[in-house]
Amino acid sequence: MNRQRLAGLIRKEFLQIRRDPSAIAIAFLLPVVLLFLFGYGVSLNAEHVPIGVVVAQPSPQSSSLVAGLQQSRYFQPRFYTSIQEARKAMMQRQVDGILWLRGPFTRTLLRGDTAQVGVFVNGVDANNARLVEGYLQGVWQNWLEQRANASGTRLLVPIQAEARIWFNPSLRSRDYLVPGLIAVIMTLIGALLTALVVAREWERGTMEALMASPVSMGEILLGKLIPYFLLGMGGMLFSVALAIGLFAVPLRGNFFVLLFFSALFLLAALGMGLLISSVARNQFVAGQVAIIVTFLPAFILSGFIFDIQSMPAPIAFMTHIIPARYFVTILQTIFLAGDIWPLFLGNGLALLLMALFFLGLTWKRSRKRLD
Amino acid sequence: MFARILALVIKEFLALLRDKSSRAVLIGPPLIQLLVFGYGATFDLNHIPYAVYNQDSGFASRELLGHFQGTSAFHQTAIVHNEKQLATVINTQKALLVLHIGPQFTRDLLQHQPAPVQIIVDGRNSNTATLALNDVNSVLLAFDRSWADRYHWGNPPAQLDIRAWFNPNLLSRWFIVPGIVALLTLVVTLLVTGLSVAREREQGTFDQLLVTPLTPTEILIGKAIPGFVIGGLEAAFIALVAVFWFGVPLIGSLLALGLGLMLFLFAAIGIGLMISSLAVTQQQGLLGVFLFLVPAIILSGFATPIANMPSLVQDLTYLNPMRYFLVILRGVFLEGDSLGNLWTQYWPLAIIGLASMLAASWLFRHRLA
Amino acid sequence: MDSPLRFHQVSKSFPQGKQRIQALTQLDLCIQPGTVTGLLGPDGAGKSTLLRLAAGLLLPDTGQIQVLGQDSSARQIDLDIGYMPQRFGLYEELTVQENLDLYADLQGLDPGKRQQRQEELLRSTALGPFRDRRAGNLSGGMKQKLGLACALLRAPRLLLLDEPTVGVDPIARRELWSIIQDLKKEAVTVLMSTAYFDEAERCDEIVLLHQGRLLGQKTPADFARPLAGRCYLVPTTQRRRDSAALLQHPDILDARIVRDGVRVLIASTDAVLPNTASWQAVAPSFEDAFVSLLGTTEQRHGQAAFATPGTATEAQESVVEVHELRRCFGHFEAVKGISFQVRKGEIFGLLGANGAGKSTTFRMLCGLLAASSGTLRVAGVDMRKASSAARARIGYVSQRFSLYGNLSCGQNLQFFASAYGLGGKARRDRLEWAKEALQLREYLPINVTDLPLGIKQRLALACALLHNPPILFLDEPTSGVDPLARREFWQMINQLAAQGVTVLITTHFMDEAEYCDKLLLMSQGAVLAQGTPAEIRNQASSSESGTATNMEEAFIRLIEAQESQLRRAS
Repeated sequence: MNRQRLAGLIRKEFLQIRRDPSAIAIAFLLPVVLLFLFGYGVSLNAEHVPIGVVVAQPSPQSSSLVAGLQQSRYFQPRFYTSIQEARKAMMQRQVDGILWLRGPFTRTLLRGDTAQVGVFVNGVDANNARLVEGYLQGVWQNWLEQRANASGTRLLVPIQAEARIWFNPSLRSRDYLVPGLIAVIMTLIGALLTALVVAREWERGTMEALMASPVSMGEILLGKLIPYFLLGMGGMLFSVALAIGLFAVPLRGNFFVLLFFSALFLLAALGMGLLISSVARNQFVAGQVAIIVTFLPAFILSGFIFDIQSMPAPIAFMTHIIPARYFVTILQTIFLAGDIWPLFLGNGLALLLMALFFLGLTWKRSRKRLD
Repeated sequence: MFARILALVIKEFLALLRDKSSRAVLIGPPLIQLLVFGYGATFDLNHIPYAVYNQDSGFASRELLGHFQGTSAFHQTAIVHNEKQLATVINTQKALLVLHIGPQFTRDLLQHQPAPVQIIVDGRNSNTATLALNDVNSVLLAFDRSWADRYHWGNPPAQLDIRAWFNPNLLSRWFIVPGIVALLTLVVTLLVTGLSVAREREQGTFDQLLVTPLTPTEILIGKAIPGFVIGGLEAAFIALVAVFWFGVPLIGSLLALGLGLMLFLFAAIGIGLMISSLAVTQQQGLLGVFLFLVPAIILSGFATPIANMPSLVQDLTYLNPMRYFLVILRGVFLEGDSLGNLWTQYWPLAIIGLASMLAASWLFRHRLA
Repeated sequence: MDSPLRFHQVSKSFPQGKQRIQALTQLDLCIQPGTVTGLLGPDGAGKSTLLRLAAGLLLPDTGQIQVLGQDSSARQIDLDIGYMPQRFGLYEELTVQENLDLYADLQGLDPGKRQQRQEELLRSTALGPFRDRRAGNLSGGMKQKLGLACALLRAPRLLLLDEPTVGVDPIARRELWSIIQDLKKEAVTVLMSTAYFDEAERCDEIVLLHQGRLLGQKTPADFARPLAGRCYLVPTTQRRRDSAALLQHPDILDARIVRDGVRVLIASTDAVLPNTASWQAVAPSFEDAFVSLLGTTEQRHGQAAFATPGTATEAQESVVEVHELRRCFGHFEAVKGISFQVRKGEIFGLLGANGAGKSTTFRMLCGLLAASSGTLRVAGVDMRKASSAARARIGYVSQRFSLYGNLSCGQNLQFFASAYGLGGKARRDRLEWAKEALQLREYLPINVTDLPLGIKQRLALACALLHNPPILFLDEPTSGVDPLARREFWQMINQLAAQGVTVLITTHFMDEAEYCDKLLLMSQGAVLAQGTPAEIRNQASSSESGTATNMEEAFIRLIEAQESQLRRAS
């Protein structure tokens, strides 16, 4: 290993990064776009859901239920005089659900029998429909309690459920999306960008020129690894700063622990990027392969948005070969829960093995020959 | 003129399909994405791992736990005996939630006293936590009902009777898979059209085209048609897979779907050609496509509802053709929509398509000189 | 002293599809130390493979290669071997200076010596003024020079150069050669491949390859010696007509246009030839040897059939008229108000150093680029107003033979026939003509990417001629093409001109300039000289340093004269 050669290669790489618009686009523009999209744009917390309300025979009892809906930040009731009208509104996607208090509602209630309240939700977006159901149950429960309190009795149900939500009591989806996004961003820089720049060296013939010089393969590899490692860590620090500063996501764990595991993950991502480019020596193919084997899995199969527990067993099992999976777990934990070492050790070990595997394979495959 | 355009179209197809790697790009990635999204992208919780911290030795707590064991949605992974263990199973994600039943549970119930049950949920993934709590609540409600019935606690004053339209079992897959039709059609169409001019520029054949009597408009049409055909075929294929492999119902009008697809392709090709006429190299084209795709997909309502976005971002989504096509797809697949219901989606899509095509042809003619 | 490079029974093949292509077959080779050895041969002879094997970037299938006394499979490239690939990979985002610094680091040049060496190289490549320009913004010739400078930063013991002068203008080429000569003084052994015969003549020895086999390894003079008494100069003023006529004779192997007539190579000293009274015997050159060794019978068949159904008409009318043509890119004026005319049936050559504005002019003539000002009439049509009308009447072959790489040869022909709106019988006839006259039939099902460069060139020409254009534009159509393909190409061009097709051509080969009826020499966007080749030579001779014996010298003198004038002015 020759220090002068290595320093020359690293300096060259930084000059290229600085002057190449596509490197800047992937390393800086794309992360910002993603952070803003996920920080501001995407939310799984439904609020002000338009809900159609049909009250066949208004009464004080029905009004108090409707008032409960109106006060909830989750709902925005719209009133219809007949169920036909409300149905039409739902077909036209003007409302996401209908609450229907039929004619006998008040009468049944006053008689002391169980009154049936019809609720229809638009089930097309199943997740959203479930959330709406949950919110509606909450409003309903409140109304029952209020009624009981008003009449001076206690609501008599066998189980008094008391939910304690740890780590994210207000259930803000942003708090789990933004930390996970760091894994996606580091995958972009570590795997996609690295695969592209190495493929570009093959395409433009600079690789042949490098090989024709006294540089060793190890120096060429390190000359790529070090600059993109630094760039990736830079992207990570930038994302963390935005997450904490702008999106107010708490960082409950130790910052240096975060730094350490990020470095480990980045090494695995870089290993994948280098491996891809040693197989696909043109940018178009390398880009496609990198998107499919690194970016997409990091997005869909890492637990970043979609919980791995929800996936069918074979797919859930498959996620074990995706480095981002382990890193997303670490990220969500370190941001929201703190330093939980038993969890870190297992996932960290997996990351370490993957980094060693990909880098080792790249090393083994790289020979200073053209064929 | 038609003969010339036809020759261009044939040439485009040959150029795309004779090359092994570009053929692979058209077939491989969409198929992989279809499977990954179709299976992986789901919010439905099937086996919620939970732990039990039961301090009660009575039969009521056993009966309650029996309710949980009886549903396939829950899967017991641990039994804990103290607060410390409880923290560990949550922290290390052995269990998503812990049911904490107090020591007085059975006694309280037998004395007609409401008995508290504490549910400790891991909130790291807020969406999962919310859904899991909903599921817990419905199990508790079922227990309530049967207990109240047997021990004469009296009737609840009223009851919610919830029914989901269009997707009675609330399967995420029914929501996601039709969306994939839009997603992959957009990806493939943009890749086919977004790189085509850049590729010719790199190879130098673009100049060769320009010295022939072909007019820019003819070249533009020749470049648009392959995107139209390939995008259309791809969409039809995915729709078939959605129905026959993933079992998503398709109850609406095929005509309405077809019209939506045509308008959507029109808009996507216009955007692809815009990127294409701006990009000098394939790499720039690829990046342009990528930089358009990511926001277009995230802000389309594909995975997360547009209604949850801040209003400024919601306004922005009106520019996104995928937004409209997703509504058309889900409307036709699940809600049984026909042409009449969907015109509010067609006309914005048509306007976007027209505008992007006009912009593309303007750029195309002005970037040539 | 031991040979720095020795091949023993070396074979190498590459997979292509299901078959394997044999690149080199049982090659034995021994390079003398301290010499400059030229590597010549037609396309696909195995020149690049040989150089890569010598550099250790490829390993032989069988046989041994000894490089500087060591087996090539055992060693890595080190400081003793310098290698410049055909397409030297410069980092386009880096400036000239940064590229040099990088390779200085990679070759372990210590910081003390570095600056001096870089200055030296920048001076001899004339790149000094451009040291802060990004490599991506350099012209092709300048890139080539920078690549060579990077490879030469540290004088190695063995230097391998793969076509270092392709696409480089005569001035730059001369500078490159002086660098190589200096190296020789430092006892560096140089092995370089080239397509230029004047470069071959300057080599100490020549290795001639053909289809992966060694045809000979001798000095240029030894190659030429057996041809003594078979070379003649036929003085004539009707050079084009006469050379075509002479080539019809079965005993004449070659008849190429030179300064004062046609140079003829006959098959044997006792060949029977008509009216040889005026013929002057001349000494054979390496080029003659190359033609006689490799110029197979194949090239002659094509000619008879190469007749386009066009009709030869009376010349004299102007088909291209350019007046005060200008083109600016931002503040930079690439073409500074040039004027010229081209008459029907002329071969009109556009010459100039890399970056002189030739390509810009060409692109304006073809309607690919709008002129900033001036008038521009092609085939009687104002290109600034109705370029599409003119386009049906021109054919264009671009620098890189722009064809659809993953379409087959036949599919390319079909496509361009349709693009030019050919149909029915005319289409069938022209396609048939292209397959026959340009001998493309056997290549029809092959993908263009897999075709040798010479065939690509023929196909590109065929595509440009399908619609029988009266005007043909050729932008460096012979750059990188092997010498034999170049000859055939020019025979076709001559025949086209004879039939009344007007040909505009740019080239860096100064021997090709002699083939033109009229020349336009451009420098820095302006016209430096125009006229017939003889007029240009005369113009160059009027300066103080005596007569210019050939086109190359004339070219260099005129440009240097202008440069010194500019220097004086500033």
